[in-house]
Amino acid sequence: MDIFNFTRLPAISSFATSIDDVIGWVTVLVGFWFIVTEVVLFYFILKYRKQNSPKAAYITGEEPELFRWISRPHAAVLVFDVFIVVIGVRVWLDVKQTLPPEPVPHVRVIGQQWAWSFVHPGLDGQLDTADDIKTVDDLHIQTNQQYIWELEARDVLHSFSIPAMRLKQDAVPGRVIKGWMDANAAGVYEIQCAEICGIGHGLMPGKLHVEDAAQHTAWMQAHSPVARIAAN
Amino acid sequence: MTPIATTRSTAGLPTGTLGVWWLLGSEIVIFGGLLCSYIMHRLSHDWWSAEAAHTNVYIGLTNTFVLLTSSLFAVLAHAAAQRGDGKLAARRLWYTIAGGGMFLCIKAAEWTIEISNGMTISSSSFWSFYYTAAGIHASHVIAGMIAMAVVAMDAAKGKFLHRVENAGIYWHFVDLVWIFLFPLLYIAK
Amino acid sequence: MAHAVDHAPAHDDHGHHEQSFFMKYMWSTDHKMIAMQYMFTGMLMAMLGGFFAYVFRMQNAFPGMAVPGFGLVTPADYNMLVTNHGTIMIFWVAMPVLVAAFGNFLIPLMVGCDDMVFPKLNRLSYQIFLLSAIVLIAGFFVPGGGFGGAWTAYPPLSAVGVYNLTPMGSSFWVLAVALEFVAFLLGGINFITTSMNSRAPGMKLYDIPIVVWTIVIASVLFMCSVGPLIAGAIMLLFDQNIGTGFFNPAMGGDPVLWQHLFWFFGHPEVYVVLLPTLGIVAEIICVFSRKKLFAYQTVLYTMFGTGILSFTVWAHHQFISGIDPRMANVFTITTLLISVPIAEMLFVYIATLYKGSITLSTPMLWALGFIATFLIGGVTGIYLGTAGSDIYFHDTYFVLAHFHYTFFPIAIIGTYAGVTYWYPKMFGRMLDETLGKIHFWLTFIPFNCIFIPLFFLGLWGEHRRIYSYELFDELWKYQGIRQFATVALVVMLAAQAIFIWNFFKSLWSGPIAGPNPYNANTLEWQCPSPPPHGNFAELPTVYRPPYEYSHPDRKEDFWPQNSPV
Repeated sequence: MDIFNFTRLPAISSFATSIDDVIGWVTVLVGFWFIVTEVVLFYFILKYRKQNSPKAAYITGEEPELFRWISRPHAAVLVFDVFIVVIGVRVWLDVKQTLPPEPVPHVRVIGQQWAWSFVHPGLDGQLDTADDIKTVDDLHIQTNQQYIWELEARDVLHSFSIPAMRLKQDAVPGRVIKGWMDANAAGVYEIQCAEICGIGHGLMPGKLHVEDAAQHTAWMQAHSPVARIAAN
Repeated sequence: MTPIATTRSTAGLPTGTLGVWWLLGSEIVIFGGLLCSYIMHRLSHDWWSAEAAHTNVYIGLTNTFVLLTSSLFAVLAHAAAQRGDGKLAARRLWYTIAGGGMFLCIKAAEWTIEISNGMTISSSSFWSFYYTAAGIHASHVIAGMIAMAVVAMDAAKGKFLHRVENAGIYWHFVDLVWIFLFPLLYIAK
Repeated sequence: MAHAVDHAPAHDDHGHHEQSFFMKYMWSTDHKMIAMQYMFTGMLMAMLGGFFAYVFRMQNAFPGMAVPGFGLVTPADYNMLVTNHGTIMIFWVAMPVLVAAFGNFLIPLMVGCDDMVFPKLNRLSYQIFLLSAIVLIAGFFVPGGGFGGAWTAYPPLSAVGVYNLTPMGSSFWVLAVALEFVAFLLGGINFITTSMNSRAPGMKLYDIPIVVWTIVIASVLFMCSVGPLIAGAIMLLFDQNIGTGFFNPAMGGDPVLWQHLFWFFGHPEVYVVLLPTLGIVAEIICVFSRKKLFAYQTVLYTMFGTGILSFTVWAHHQFISGIDPRMANVFTITTLLISVPIAEMLFVYIATLYKGSITLSTPMLWALGFIATFLIGGVTGIYLGTAGSDIYFHDTYFVLAHFHYTFFPIAIIGTYAGVTYWYPKMFGRMLDETLGKIHFWLTFIPFNCIFIPLFFLGLWGEHRRIYSYELFDELWKYQGIRQFATVALVVMLAAQAIFIWNFFKSLWSGPIAGPNPYNANTLEWQCPSPPPHGNFAELPTVYRPPYEYSHPDRKEDFWPQNSPV
């Protein structure tokens, strides 16, 4: 639901909207408790001020008719929490526990002090072949195409974050972590490092270029190392 | 100038005993964290068993026997203290301390052999764990020996006999940690 | 129950002796003096931590401009400031003031005895604590400067000097933290043994004031959770200095192991500091609404339950760190579950106000302010505890605003609540109420002005620990909001001068406080202000629970625990 996009950023991946929905629903559900609690708090403070209420009552809190004012909201909070768990887990399963079925193009994302480098599969759609395109700072993908990214780190922990996609994953040295992404709108979006990685942590923004099919193919042809060697 | 607070016993336990159990609780969590990390690594790295094969189970077994015997002397020391026999309790505590000393000597010899064969703390993460866990344990053995020496010197003069039990409890704990370390470092190959 | 001759006057065996300055102020074993040592050290460290916040916020708001009182802020400086602000506030402000200072001052008084059970151990714990502070600060002056890898110190950044560029500072930092842990383990022995074993005759478990319980439970939580991190700290120190490979993938180690060790402690730690503040707030609310605490036993069991649950949630800090994704669902469930007892605590405090007779004194303003703001911290935690939304919020300013809406109420509001409330008992004088209220509003309102905007900045995609947003086109346009928040911070920090002035001025010229200026029930108010060495001329016996306010059978609206009638 677009109305739940509070981020002032576009929601360009297919899961961005579902994450926005979780945020939206949590806002509604906790917002309810927040408002009710603050209102009751302020109401009691004002109503039972000494000038309005010179003598206090003796209440132990074990009186059943009073204790249910605690136990019932308590139970209601639990019910709301269950609802939030359900919608949250559904999104998590989709984003982090499933990968699109092969064949999809893979891109390699490498974080290091202090830049992102990317290996694109090139025109043949296969990673680790001669026509792979290596770039620094700029990731190019095509609209409406699912990709699997393979995330690595060369030195310390980094974290691959694309806010417009609502995508984020820590990069751990010694591991290759896989996830998926897609984009439904062409444009240029920011990539940030989301794990402190030294003094250059703030100096490694990247750019995600989402291009329609024609532009993307043109870009691959223009940058393909195989084509260049052949041209030379 | 002990405060009256120290002499009260509302919960039914003497304060010294409560204090020692608290200390033990915190140590259990420290060693627990270290050993859990070890186990997690062990389960996820097959090559650790190859490295672990280089530890000498016979030396480990000897050390286990030495520590258990020293714990026996700690128990006997407590029995003597309960009867009020400070001098006997002190003597038995010194035997316990001697056991600890023997443990440390054997360990020093063991490490010397291993290090001279190229298995140092920085050889691999298995050896990092091995030396760190056994080393922290050894530092607790030393601390226990010092504490018991102080208690023994007081006991010989008939003072603070109730501390013999608390020192014993601490020593049994040090023993118990070794009982966990021994299979993890020496037997599981 | 063994009670020696403790209805005799305390300390009749030392016909004293004027203590020298050194013995009285620096080598004391008296719990009240040790409490003061912790409190003043904590407050000094708070000034340092606050100064660091001022500097890095100024850099953030006006990048590249020399910050008055500091100079130009390099990226290395920025990381060092951010790291040590967090480290200092949690370990050298919140812990010593809330747990050690209030614990040391209050426990022997509130359970009706003359000191802690192990006074020399108590003194040793402060000395180790002081040493830890000195080691931390020394680390700022070594070659390379202070550690800058965030208070969470994730390896490999924290373990390798070539990566963090502060090889010496990193080791000093880890050592300081490890020493601080040892100090609090030692201190905890006293809190547990004194409150369990040294209670006044007649004080059953349900007669113990809630703040004593909270400090006891906090000490147990601390003890049960800090062990793995002490092991981890040793492992990190070894990786930093002697070439071990605990966290080095090339040697078979695992960086994520540190995260588990850290957060297994780190999450219970937040409850270690939350519980004492909850206790302080409970005491104040009862006294200033003249009402019995609503459902004391439920409160107590809820606190135990929260403590136990706090061990089951730690990996919500690690949802996207590379842990098995299936585990994230388990931790989402446990994390949302823990919101239930916390919500119950806040409901109970509000219920205690019901049909009360509320005096809005300065301590009461702080206590109520705690409830109003901690609630925001609590509800915003739901966004983060749900793994699905945490994907977006992790490492953004939303997280930062969430934990400042929990930590600031806990550490700052809770401290001011406790200090303004027990100041008369500690020093024998009353603080100025007008100055107190001005200080409250000039802290409370700017606090909200700093952190509410930060929620939105995080929502709009702003990531943490970045020293300038000039390179981020999507975020640079919010620079005005960053400046607004920074100005609010400067106002808030400046307003703390009012408190300092009030504190010291009242020591000399505040109205004399009698033993019980608030007509409160608990035992600390039934002895002189300040209490002499030995606390009670005659050690009290307890006849009733602590919150018998406005009892229908009584003419007065309070009924001290030790009054026989």
